[in-house]
Amino acid sequence: MKRFVIAALVENKYGVLTRVAGLFMRKGFNIDSLTVGETEDSSFSRITITLRGDDNDKDQLISQLRKLHNVTYVKHIDEKNSVERELILIKVKNTVQNRSEIMAITEIYRAKIVDYNPKTICVVMTGKPSKINAFIEILRPLGIVELCRTGVVAIERNKAIYNV
Amino acid sequence: MAKHKMPGSRIVIETLIEQGVTDVFGYPGGQVLNIYDELYKASDRINHYLAAHEQGAAHAADGYARATGKVGVVIATSGPGATNLVTGIATAMLDSIPMVAITGNVPTSLIGKDSFQEINITGVTLPITKHNYFVSNVKDLADTIREAFQIAKSGRPGPVLIDIPKDVQIAEYDFECEGVIEPYPQKKADDKEIDAAVDLINKAQKPYIYIGGGVITAGLSKKIKELAEKIDGYIGCTLMGLSAIENSYERFLGMQGMHGQYESSMANKEADLVIGIGVRFSDRATGNVKKYSKNAKVIQLDTDLSEINKNIKADVGIVGKISCALSKIIEKCDKQKHAEWKKTIDDLRAESKKISKKVNVVKSDKIGPKQVFDVINKIKDNDTVVATDVGQHQMWAAQFTSFEKPRTFVSSGGLGTMGYGLGAAIGAAVGSKKRAILVTGDGSFGMNLNELATAVTYNIPVVIVIINNGVLGMVRQWQTLFYGKRYSNTVLGRKTDFVKLADAFGLKGERVTTVQEFEKAFGNAYKANAPYIIDTVIDMDEFVLPMLPPGGSIEDIITSKEEATK
Repeated sequence: MKRFVIAALVENKYGVLTRVAGLFMRKGFNIDSLTVGETEDSSFSRITITLRGDDNDKDQLISQLRKLHNVTYVKHIDEKNSVERELILIKVKNTVQNRSEIMAITEIYRAKIVDYNPKTICVVMTGKPSKINAFIEILRPLGIVELCRTGVVAIERNKAIYNV
Repeated sequence: MAKHKMPGSRIVIETLIEQGVTDVFGYPGGQVLNIYDELYKASDRINHYLAAHEQGAAHAADGYARATGKVGVVIATSGPGATNLVTGIATAMLDSIPMVAITGNVPTSLIGKDSFQEINITGVTLPITKHNYFVSNVKDLADTIREAFQIAKSGRPGPVLIDIPKDVQIAEYDFECEGVIEPYPQKKADDKEIDAAVDLINKAQKPYIYIGGGVITAGLSKKIKELAEKIDGYIGCTLMGLSAIENSYERFLGMQGMHGQYESSMANKEADLVIGIGVRFSDRATGNVKKYSKNAKVIQLDTDLSEINKNIKADVGIVGKISCALSKIIEKCDKQKHAEWKKTIDDLRAESKKISKKVNVVKSDKIGPKQVFDVINKIKDNDTVVATDVGQHQMWAAQFTSFEKPRTFVSSGGLGTMGYGLGAAIGAAVGSKKRAILVTGDGSFGMNLNELATAVTYNIPVVIVIINNGVLGMVRQWQTLFYGKRYSNTVLGRKTDFVKLADAFGLKGERVTTVQEFEKAFGNAYKANAPYIIDTVIDMDEFVLPMLPPGGSIEDIITSKEEATK
């Protein structure tokens, strides 16, 4: 099983996210994450999908997505030629014993404390999913209260996906 | 025509007329009252056929589309009206049939409040439509309908649903008549792929051309024959590909797969090159994909990119406008002669004759399935549509009907919808402006026989041949073969008298048990310019053979019930 990042430009129209999500469900694709947000042109959104599977799964996902009427561009984002980021907000227990360690880890990972209260410390970090995963594991023994991550966004270097 | 301000409901009808629609099927209700009001006013320009049930209306629109190649149109009200369309829309989706379904919905102010007869039909039909719309503003209405037609008929066709809330039907907006919208242009196939295909074709000694419903959609019958002649190949088809090539054509081997012709399935197995055109290599046609064509190269041509490599891996995949790609391939490939291949095919045909003799022995004094179709073939015109329901009778129709023109076979292939046939036959008869034949079973017919009322009301000449064995034959056949003859809920034991039923609905009906009786009845029915039921009683133990068991391949062919159940 390989991991693929696929980006799609979709028209900002009624039910388009449902169409995309519904497609994954009924075709049985194995999706790790799906993010969606407006682009430089407010009439379009960009959906980034990370898929687990083989090359055939990737090709099927791309061609099935292209069939959807409100989907304008779909492209496999080559890992070597792109920048990939995810954001995490993670809340850890604030105790006398772990306080300084959280701060040290935050420093090392170039993360940032965004909330500090007597019970919890909330940290934000961006990075590749692998770095995020490592960050979670290093904080886990200190007592994670809650975490949320955005899922991956990715962009190719140089050209735009619709200039292919 | 200048711009006119008019209510949304009239925009709906004017846009349908603008798009060349002459016939629609449907059923009125609270949230489409305004649209029906406009239909009433425009009844001199557009015909509406009132069905007995929205499902029947949807199947009629589908049958109309299959018989004519035009987009079928169905109208239903919100809530139950809309959900009753679901099976009809799904049937069209699985067989890539162009259809536009228009539903009313509650006013936008009541949407999301579980109002009376409110259902989110765009949500319900999302996975079974090519696309669907909820029109929230009358400004978008005409263009949405135009785009719906465009999507329905472009590339690989399919059903499109438009949900229109009542306030949008009432609101007024400018309408200006435009021309019939053209399908989206299809992209040209890649020349590199075409050259790769030509290379494989030139190297092949045993080419087999395997065609599906896409060939009928794209009107490729003539080109397929040209290709077969140039490369000295033979043609087999899927259920959906039936009628694309006339049965009498010497290079045509018939349908392959689970209940296909022996020579067609075998030729596919023996071939060193399979050229799949407008097919999706469905499990019913290919059997076990691991064993499928493992010694052959595969070239796949389709207008839908996602079909390439979906079910089987193709050595060469050609996507785009298939008619152009085929012309190029025919032009570029060498003229070939494969004497050995011809001999193989001749041998297979001889073997198939033996099998068919063994399979089609009439075992009782009742008429046998093959005899039914011998009579139908003798009497019917070449351009008469034969529609079916789903089950044993459908497979017999596929095996034994002689098709001479494309679009004369109307059958639910992908979804396998029992209850499809009567509505579809009505639609086909309306579309072709000719009588249609419906071959059905007593099980399938029982599902939607209420549409008899429609056939009678509009005097639509449908010759209904019920192949009546008193059982759910196909399921029972599987129970015989794979479930130890435990006939769970397949012996109907009903007391339905189809002749009296015909009388009650106001059409003629008769019951026959022998070939002579059937021939006489069918002759009369075919001449009558009215619907007609022939209740044709056959033995309950008739089997559809040959059969490749599910997940099996041609090596596992079953040619005798006795041997298979020993």
